[in-house]
Amino acid sequence: MKQLQAFIRKEFKHIFRDGLTVLILFVMPIAQLLIFGYVVSTEMRDAHIGILDHARDEATREITRRMAASGYFKIDAMLSSEAQIEPAFRQGRLKMVVVFEPGFSQRLQKDGTASVQLLADASDANTAQLLTGYSNGIIQKFAMEQNVASGAMPSIHTQVRMFYNEALKGVFMSVPGLMAMILMIVSAMMTSISITREKEFGSMEVLLISPLKPWQIIVGKVIPYLLLAFVNILTILSMSYWVFQMPVNGSLALLLGVSTLFTLVALSLGIFISTVASNQMVAMFISMFALMLPTILLSGFIYPIENMPWALQVLSNIMPPKWFIIAIKRIMLQGGGMEYIWKEVLILSGFVVLFITLSVKRFNVRIG
Amino acid sequence: MTHTETVITVSHLYKKFGKFTANDDLNFEVYRGEIFGFLGANGAGKTTAMRILCGLSSPTSGTAMVAGYNVAEQPELVKRNIGYMSQKFSLYEDLTIWENMRLYAGIYGVTGKAFRDRAENLLSELHFLNHRHELIAGLSLGWKQKLAFTVALIHRPAIVFLDEPTGGVDPVTRRQFWEMIYEAAHQGTTIFVTTHYMDEAEYCDRITIMADGKIKALDTPGNLKASMGVETMNEVFVGLTR
Repeated sequence: MKQLQAFIRKEFKHIFRDGLTVLILFVMPIAQLLIFGYVVSTEMRDAHIGILDHARDEATREITRRMAASGYFKIDAMLSSEAQIEPAFRQGRLKMVVVFEPGFSQRLQKDGTASVQLLADASDANTAQLLTGYSNGIIQKFAMEQNVASGAMPSIHTQVRMFYNEALKGVFMSVPGLMAMILMIVSAMMTSISITREKEFGSMEVLLISPLKPWQIIVGKVIPYLLLAFVNILTILSMSYWVFQMPVNGSLALLLGVSTLFTLVALSLGIFISTVASNQMVAMFISMFALMLPTILLSGFIYPIENMPWALQVLSNIMPPKWFIIAIKRIMLQGGGMEYIWKEVLILSGFVVLFITLSVKRFNVRIG
Repeated sequence: MTHTETVITVSHLYKKFGKFTANDDLNFEVYRGEIFGFLGANGAGKTTAMRILCGLSSPTSGTAMVAGYNVAEQPELVKRNIGYMSQKFSLYEDLTIWENMRLYAGIYGVTGKAFRDRAENLLSELHFLNHRHELIAGLSLGWKQKLAFTVALIHRPAIVFLDEPTGGVDPVTRRQFWEMIYEAAHQGTTIFVTTHYMDEAEYCDRITIMADGKIKALDTPGNLKASMGVETMNEVFVGLTR
């Protein structure tokens, strides 16, 4: 135990004496959260849309008014026929067109159901997703009010995404993804670099010849990063709570538990990378390309998985961040307990076992 | 020096990687307090043999006893009783001299007052006690190597393995380094050293010369030169490894 202590103390010294490491570990997460929260906000303001109103009754006028008043949309054109839609999209004049069917108000009153078409310019899939989501939220809210008055069943089903994020805040979507990204960088990238550095400098040989056992070396490497990642989890959650008013509707303990589990996934991945990489440069590149890009692109962090081509949707299943993001959104926004996230927890645990097993195999081959 | 007590016994040691035989029937003994030179061209199998003796890798067949323990069966006990230093890595650059010493001492279980006494003693001998809080990064290569050797001795190992310890070091520092080696050997530590410098080979009590995985010669430098009828170790080496 004393041996391990001496080793861990050394690791902390390496971390705190390197300005760049300290910067990456403590300043970067805060800066990223602020940037994603304030600047790269995925919220839309004044998106240009068109209305094609075949009904022209009180209900459609009220919905149009509400959309204009929401601040998300700027009603740019009142169209008179379907033929006008495509040219407007091609010119880039409109991002979305709302089409009300004839007799909208009447049908809503009589049948308790009416339909609205939301046509969005999906060449920017992300914006399209957001705009239809926003519109859906407004329309659905309107519909619910009508139904409450007449006592009928709700006629428009709510999209889960919007329902749990009624304020439609972009930062609510960013925090889980950002947390995944930061934990990946801190845990996987920093650990793989720090283990590879010992290999590159030849100190690993000295350590292996010492009475330290290989698992002690790895545990000694991992513990500091596990603790620092936990500090980061607390920082991100506190900031998103106090600065961006993001709620934690579910159990905080469960949230911290799942985040720690994901940190373990990232750490074991970092260990695995270090068994493959021959030097720090390689470790960093593998971390960048194998971890960062998929985390950002394929986990549903920025681009909704539903909008991806089928092949990428399948691929996204082997991205650990995807499951982490699903799980913590469920805890934070929907207030779900363990019974709602056991599948994700199981999958993440599976990743830990997989990466550790692969690392041990690689390690034994190398020592041979 | 009377060499009676053996600390390393190697008999019929083979190490094969697939069809390639890196160590081919090695047999030798090393005595307590001896400076044992381990020479050979690059790729002759020195490093493989040294890794086996340090408990890093197991022999394919044959036995090696180091400090009284079988390397294949009790590598952990072997590791406790040896020190190791290589040219490739000396000490952690971003830690101070003292922190490096405390780290390695801690790894070998030397802590508290025992550590402080030992470390102060070793640094005083080097007249370097006042510099103990300096970072390794600021030191010359020569000092780094001397300190690395000191650190390798911090847990009083029975045997110290030195893998080309003086590579890239100037002749004056090399001389000082060898004085440290002599002093350690005089106090009873066995030194097992690999080198490419033939003048250093002359400083060893006995040397082995390896080529193609086999031991070609094993004797004192003087006997080797005499048996081959040459003047220098350089000629012995070239004659045996060509």
